[in-house]
Amino acid sequence: MKPNNRENQLNASHPKEQPPWKLALSLLGDTTLQVELSGNWRMRDRLPPADEVRRRLEKPAQINRVIFKSERISAWDSGLINFLRNVTRLCNDRNIEVDDSGLPEGARRLLKLAFAVPEQATGRHVEPPSVLRYVGQVALDLIRGAPAMIRFVGEVTLSVGRLLRGKAQYRRSDLALTIQETGPQALPIVSLISFLVGLILAYMGAVQLAQFGAQIYIADLVGIGMAREIGALMTGIILAGRTGAAFAAQLGTMQVNEEIDAYRTLGISPVDFLVLPRMLALILMAPLLTLYASLVGMVAGMLVAVLAFNVDLNEYYQQTLSALTMQHFLVGLSKGAVYGILIAVAGCLRGMQCGRSASAVGEATTSAVVTAIVFIVVSASLMTVMYQKLGI
Amino acid sequence: MSGEEHIRVVDLTMAYGDFVIQRDLNFTIERGDVFIIMGGSGCGKSTLLKHLIGLKSPRKGEIWFDGIDFWKAPPQEREALKRRFGVLFQSGALWSSMTLQENVALPLGEYTDLSEREVNEIASLKLALVGLAGFEQFYPAEISGGMRKRASLARAIALDPEVLFFDEPSAGLDPISSRRLDELILEIRDSLGATIVVVTHELASIFTIGNNSVFLDNESRTIIAQGDPKMLRDNAENIKVRAFLNRGEP
Repeated sequence: MKPNNRENQLNASHPKEQPPWKLALSLLGDTTLQVELSGNWRMRDRLPPADEVRRRLEKPAQINRVIFKSERISAWDSGLINFLRNVTRLCNDRNIEVDDSGLPEGARRLLKLAFAVPEQATGRHVEPPSVLRYVGQVALDLIRGAPAMIRFVGEVTLSVGRLLRGKAQYRRSDLALTIQETGPQALPIVSLISFLVGLILAYMGAVQLAQFGAQIYIADLVGIGMAREIGALMTGIILAGRTGAAFAAQLGTMQVNEEIDAYRTLGISPVDFLVLPRMLALILMAPLLTLYASLVGMVAGMLVAVLAFNVDLNEYYQQTLSALTMQHFLVGLSKGAVYGILIAVAGCLRGMQCGRSASAVGEATTSAVVTAIVFIVVSASLMTVMYQKLGI
Repeated sequence: MSGEEHIRVVDLTMAYGDFVIQRDLNFTIERGDVFIIMGGSGCGKSTLLKHLIGLKSPRKGEIWFDGIDFWKAPPQEREALKRRFGVLFQSGALWSSMTLQENVALPLGEYTDLSEREVNEIASLKLALVGLAGFEQFYPAEISGGMRKRASLARAIALDPEVLFFDEPSAGLDPISSRRLDELILEIRDSLGATIVVVTHELASIFTIGNNSVFLDNESRTIIAQGDPKMLRDNAENIKVRAFLNRGEP
């Protein structure tokens, strides 16, 4: 069979810069298409798509066989294999026989390898993004997530029951270590934030109060504010970002490494062993840190009043004592305890729900912090209203 | 194998702090070799691999690729050399937040000027070469360990590397998957003409694919044998090497 004169050289479509490859299609007889390749067929050579071959195959000619001629190929890599794979697919779709004997030996082997395992019908395709689909997916995820959260809270409640009966399986050394990490190690950051927040609170209030010569009431503002609300709120937010995130990351990584499965197979409840010590540590430490944060904030307020607004130190101290009652501290401590429980639940829940990959750990950590902060803000609002209604 | 030197290691000493892992390593890898780095657990095989792929710098000595002293080359040249390597890590090391297609497409997108369509087609081709056609949109966490290894191989061959490094390719695979991976390694070597460097202590793999090797000893902390693993199995002078390769007691 001789090539007829209907040769089509594709590189003519690049008039400015001569490409290093050359593709020529020609009919041998009536039914065989010869694909002649020459020059360089490498990824970097801006290779042609298989469109020209497709167009030729779609022409009314009765092509039932495609052959290749490649003696004049000087260099090739996966770029060539990709072109050949696309041509082979086009032929397979049309039941056209492909004769690859004219290809370089290595290319033939790779092409064979590429088709050695048939494409699996996994049903997974890239779907165009749709707002409606996204909203629906988020809603479904939320609905599906609710029972898991309820189940987790139930498991934790049962675990607390076992703890009270002295039957919970956990290591006291783990509890001590978690207390150390959650409480004393958080002191520097809690000190810094509470001091600055106390300072801001005092300064903002003092500027207004000074207009009436009532600077002494900075003591009431800062004392009651820090003791009842701000101390607990700031501690809660710090613990959510610091400890809640750490819990989610620790448990998430354990999930990825199958460590949690290892506990289960030993018959040890991961909730008892991992969640309970973390919850206990936070429930114990959050009120203490809240108290500490309130005191640091009050000291900051006192410094502002004394140094910037000429309030007498002793007067400020007496005013603070008269403004504050034990009730204010108890309100703050109760809030701290509630925030501690919520942060521990959010951190441990997200950690235990973590998927089995590094990115899942990141998602679990982010989700733990967001969930904890939402829980804190919502519960803070509810408790403030509730305490007001009860006159506490 | 081709007689042409591809990688040469000269007087290499590797250490973590004051602790010397291996010292005075000297060997040459020829183009097209399947070169095995073997030795008992903890002898420094993976550490040697990390030195060869540029993740760790030697305490002393030189590593030459195609006549370039890797650690004395300017940083840009070193980065360009690294692009000629493909690495299959022991655990696969696929990026978990990306689909298999995205994992393979990343080096193509970063280091070639291919269009997005071409990048996707070539990524899909590489996955097909390792038998994962149809799994392009799966995440690493959704596939089996053997499939992750193969997907990682697809990423390693994304840029048609001249040298492919494998760290324990058979680890965690069943014998059949392990044999298939060995066949795939040989097929890729033969069709792409790549040089292959494999860290392993799987005897079946060593004899199936290796044509040259070094044996690292963790007592003397240096190479105690080198050559064709099958020859070493039968003729090695060192009793420890013969015992290792024959599953016997030294």
